[in-house]
Amino acid sequence: MTATQDRPAAEIGKDRRRKEDQRLITGRTRWTDNITLPGMLHLAMVRSPFAHATITSVDVEAAKASPNVVAVLSGKDFGDELGVCINAWPITPDQKTPGHSPMPADRAAFAGEIVAVVVARSAAEARDAAELVDVEYDEQPAVIGIKNALRDEVLAHPDLGTNKSALWVFDSAEAGTGSDVEAAIETARTDGILIEREYRQQRLIPAFMEPRSVVVDPTGEQITMWSATQIPHILRFALAATTGVPESKIRVIAPDVGGGFGGKLQTTPEEWIAWAVARRLSKPVKYTETRSESLMAAHHGRDQVQTLTLAADKEGNVTGFKVHLDADLGAYIAVVGGGVPVLGAFMFNAIYKFPSYRFECQTVLTNTTFTDAYRGAGRPEATYAIERIMDELAAEVGVDPLEIRERNWIKHEEFPFTTVAGLEYDTGNYEAATAKAKESFGYDALRAEQKERRERGDRVQLGIGVSTFTEMCGLAPSRVLGSLDYGAGGWEHASVRMLATGKVEIVTGASAHGQGHETAFSQIVADRLGVPFEDVEVLHGDTQIAHKGLDTYGSRSLVVGGEALVKAVDKVIDKAKHLAAHLLEASEDDLEYKGGRFTVAGTDQGVAIQELATAAFAAHNYPEDMEPSIDAEATYDPVNFNYPHGTHLCAMEVDTETGAVKMRKYTCCDDIGTIINPLIVAGQVHGGLVQGIAQALWEEAVHDEAGTLVSGSFVDYLLPTSADTISFDVVHTDDPSICTTNTLGTKGVGEAGTIASTPAVVNAVVDAVRHLGVSDIQMPCTPERVWRAIHAGDSDAPTPETAMPHFSEGALNQDEGAGQ
Amino acid sequence: MIPVQFDYLAPASVEEALSALGQHGDDAKILAGGQSLLPVLRMRLNAPEVVIDLGGIASLRGIRDDGDAIVIGAMTTHHDVRDHALVKEHALLLSKAAAEVADSQIRHRGTFGGALAHADPAGDLGAPALALGAQFVIAGAGGTRTVEASDFFVDLFETAIGEDEILTEVRIPKHTGWGAHYEKFVRVAHQWPIVAIAATVKGSIDEARVGLTNMGSTPLRATATEQALTGATATEDGVRAAAELAAEGTNPPSDLNGAADYRQHLARVLTGRAVLKAAGV
Ligand SMILES: Cc1cc2nc3c(=O)[nH]c(=O)nc-3n(C[C@H](O)[C@H](O)[C@H](O)COP(=O)(O)OP(=O)(O)OC[C@H]3O[C@@H](n4cnc5c(N)ncnc54)[C@H](O)[C@@H]3O)c2cc1C
Repeated sequence: MTATQDRPAAEIGKDRRRKEDQRLITGRTRWTDNITLPGMLHLAMVRSPFAHATITSVDVEAAKASPNVVAVLSGKDFGDELGVCINAWPITPDQKTPGHSPMPADRAAFAGEIVAVVVARSAAEARDAAELVDVEYDEQPAVIGIKNALRDEVLAHPDLGTNKSALWVFDSAEAGTGSDVEAAIETARTDGILIEREYRQQRLIPAFMEPRSVVVDPTGEQITMWSATQIPHILRFALAATTGVPESKIRVIAPDVGGGFGGKLQTTPEEWIAWAVARRLSKPVKYTETRSESLMAAHHGRDQVQTLTLAADKEGNVTGFKVHLDADLGAYIAVVGGGVPVLGAFMFNAIYKFPSYRFECQTVLTNTTFTDAYRGAGRPEATYAIERIMDELAAEVGVDPLEIRERNWIKHEEFPFTTVAGLEYDTGNYEAATAKAKESFGYDALRAEQKERRERGDRVQLGIGVSTFTEMCGLAPSRVLGSLDYGAGGWEHASVRMLATGKVEIVTGASAHGQGHETAFSQIVADRLGVPFEDVEVLHGDTQIAHKGLDTYGSRSLVVGGEALVKAVDKVIDKAKHLAAHLLEASEDDLEYKGGRFTVAGTDQGVAIQELATAAFAAHNYPEDMEPSIDAEATYDPVNFNYPHGTHLCAMEVDTETGAVKMRKYTCCDDIGTIINPLIVAGQVHGGLVQGIAQALWEEAVHDEAGTLVSGSFVDYLLPTSADTISFDVVHTDDPSICTTNTLGTKGVGEAGTIASTPAVVNAVVDAVRHLGVSDIQMPCTPERVWRAIHAGDSDAPTPETAMPHFSEGALNQDEGAGQ
Repeated sequence: MIPVQFDYLAPASVEEALSALGQHGDDAKILAGGQSLLPVLRMRLNAPEVVIDLGGIASLRGIRDDGDAIVIGAMTTHHDVRDHALVKEHALLLSKAAAEVADSQIRHRGTFGGALAHADPAGDLGAPALALGAQFVIAGAGGTRTVEASDFFVDLFETAIGEDEILTEVRIPKHTGWGAHYEKFVRVAHQWPIVAIAATVKGSIDEARVGLTNMGSTPLRATATEQALTGATATEDGVRAAAELAAEGTNPPSDLNGAADYRQHLARVLTGRAVLKAAGV
């Protein structure tokens, strides 16, 4: 295509303010909870306060007698029409998968599980009546925490006979992608460096801004569900597959959705219950969760224990990496629950040339909220592990952490490179990203200051953390997903409708929920089709309009959805060319397309794409061999993932007296290929960074021994605000490595910041106090944990527990919440 | 979330408010800025039948000079306490502490009296009020009475205010020209303090008052530290030595933000810092 190059004001690369900001920021738009339908009823859920209990009786009489209550229903009132919550990714053929009813009749398996629903004329009346539902429980022992679950003494689901759900293994020797890791470990044990660590990925809560909300209208020919979801298409498919309603009778709409971060990549019990109630009563219903319900019962993320063994020679050249994960799925295996930690399997080797690699992931069931995707899904966990342990290797060898990375990373001239995990990285330039980041950060000056503070014994010590990350995104080549037993493909669909008035509607199967697709996709179409940015309308998130799609997650919308759009636009141009040749009475070979106009070479004759759209609409004069339409659609299945990468550098100050940490500087240099809209990219990077930093410093979902969520409000689940962060130094490489597997050369950026930042921050905190004998601090690095780590080795250590060995059970730096 | 339904009364005077309280007894709750009460109602932790809003009673708002004390109306917002010239001149510590409460939106709604009546041990205003020897003027059916700060805070969320009484104003003895600092230790900016120290000193150092936030079920004074500081010279070593006594007699909570022993450690370190800053060292 030449269209883009010749237009003076190219849209691609322009920092356009987002089209959608006006309506999203003012809230004058269609959030699900803003939807009110005639005769609509409201739902309130009754949730189990116990983590594990059999339900002996449900007395609904008092609730039914409450004013304006229409119905009160518990699990036993429903049959098959309630459907089930699905797990779309059984990671092994023998995976133990507990049945997951949206509203179990007999047993609650986590605190917050729904046991009854109240339907009333107002939300307030439903809520009042919900308190009158009298559920009798027989409390059962609950299993909380990964290590407890592995013991198999108390079972999350007694009928399964074990808490161990599945063991998924990748071994480079077996796969033929590398050598035997055990041999490398043996060699390192006797004649090299062996680093063994246990890292903890705490449980997190996605905490999107808009709580989940669902409206179901059963009164038309199709049943319509509006939901604050990332995945309208998958939701529609799952409703059809599990509730017996034909897919053609289901319309799912994701109107404007206020954030998701993976937390709305779910098919939820609440949606299924709303669906069943609306059908039962033949009335529209609405359910909007409270923030407390959202924190307790919307899916959680992360939650792993990572047991790592890194083998290297004495110079710090890594010879093998062995990873064993224990991952907490919670009480049920959510839609892609088991698959999330497995996505990390391909990323623990990161940017490095490891000769041997083994990955094992043991998933376990506990009596806690189920876990699933959270921004980065599998890759942040992997990046954290490898980037933390590379720092440990550097400390062991006694060289700068950047140097140890350079010794092991893939050099830019070695691309394309097939990794020990079997992926082919198409492009990358770690040297360039690192050089640029170092310069912008002022690496050498900060190292000098660190040295000076150490020598002076300053109360405030400075640490520098490195994270040279890569990730796989753009989910995903369908065949690869098939080989991993995932229940769907990874393609995306787009169509372009050329309207009679010259405006352009594009329809994407991606489902934006705050990303700015409407703006970025308009920029792409404006350039490629040669039409004004303002004339492009982006439609999405309604299965009757965007009939095909696989939605938004895994940094896929631009790299997969955008590519589908490019292909559809190109088809429009092809069709239009045929019509143009006919109208201009010229040969197609003589036509040139530039700036939205076909011209006949060597003449001043031409026709604009808008005129062709009108001509196709009128259909008074068009070639015999074509339909009177220049609309087109395309389905694109990616051929590979893509691999954004970058070097993140973080400087943290640690107050050694209190353990308080303070960010001093954060520089990231991300290589994400072609940038469509720098402003949107900056937004993604900033938000991503803060979410990753928050894992390092602030956020943690904690259950007590009984399985009650202690961090059940924002008083205890600490989300940062702008007051807690600094101004980030965001740069990009001057000469980005353009992705070779899509037309625009783009790579995903939605998760990059989150994936990269967590280890950079923890590495910096540890680096600040390493000289005081600290080699690890568990996340989040609370002031108390930092302070105890500093004093763990003192003869007058603050408390007896803190003097305990680093990895022993119950030691403060390794606790798993109160559940251990 | 939606609170349980309640009736709403908006009396125009303290007398009206008292009679409404008398009539409804413990079925009623007073509403000041609502920044603590509304979360409690919305989470359905409390369900009063009647809410009596003091927002319409003009006499409860404002700050005035009363000779040897300044008087702060119960309904004066945190924002106004922070910025008022009389407070800055005579009770600088309160201005500094009010500046640290929550965020700007909450400071424009939340009130001085509401915060003290709520008596959250993690609240930022109790320790400064205690350190400054505040006197609490409480109105009831039988007239008003004045309660000393040392008797006002009874326990967690419990004060000397009776069920049918209203806190109308708080008298703060003038500490004109005293240096002050409120050292608040948090993990994120909008958080209640894990520990905070309210320090105010006369000269350098003739007299010192040190209040502790979140070191027990009520605000506390670090009396041993105060005594050690009286008449001391404000040197770093001297102050830090006195601050070592700050956790004496405290009984702080253990929670996700820190175990009790860590809080005691913080109290010692932060007291030293707060006093040094108050003394301008
Ligand atoms: C997100 C958030 C963060 C916060 N962070 C902090 C913080 O960091 N530090 C801090 O100190 N506070 C914090 N607060 C609380 C804030 O300071 C409140 O304003 C204060 O605790 C209560 O004051 P209010 O005027 O809002 O009282 P209300 O919420 O209206 O009332 C509180 C209680 O006091 C009673 N009451 C009120 N006035 C009187 C009266 N005159 N006589 C008798 N009883 C009365 C009420 O009945 C109620 O029980 C925070 C609040 C929120 C919502």
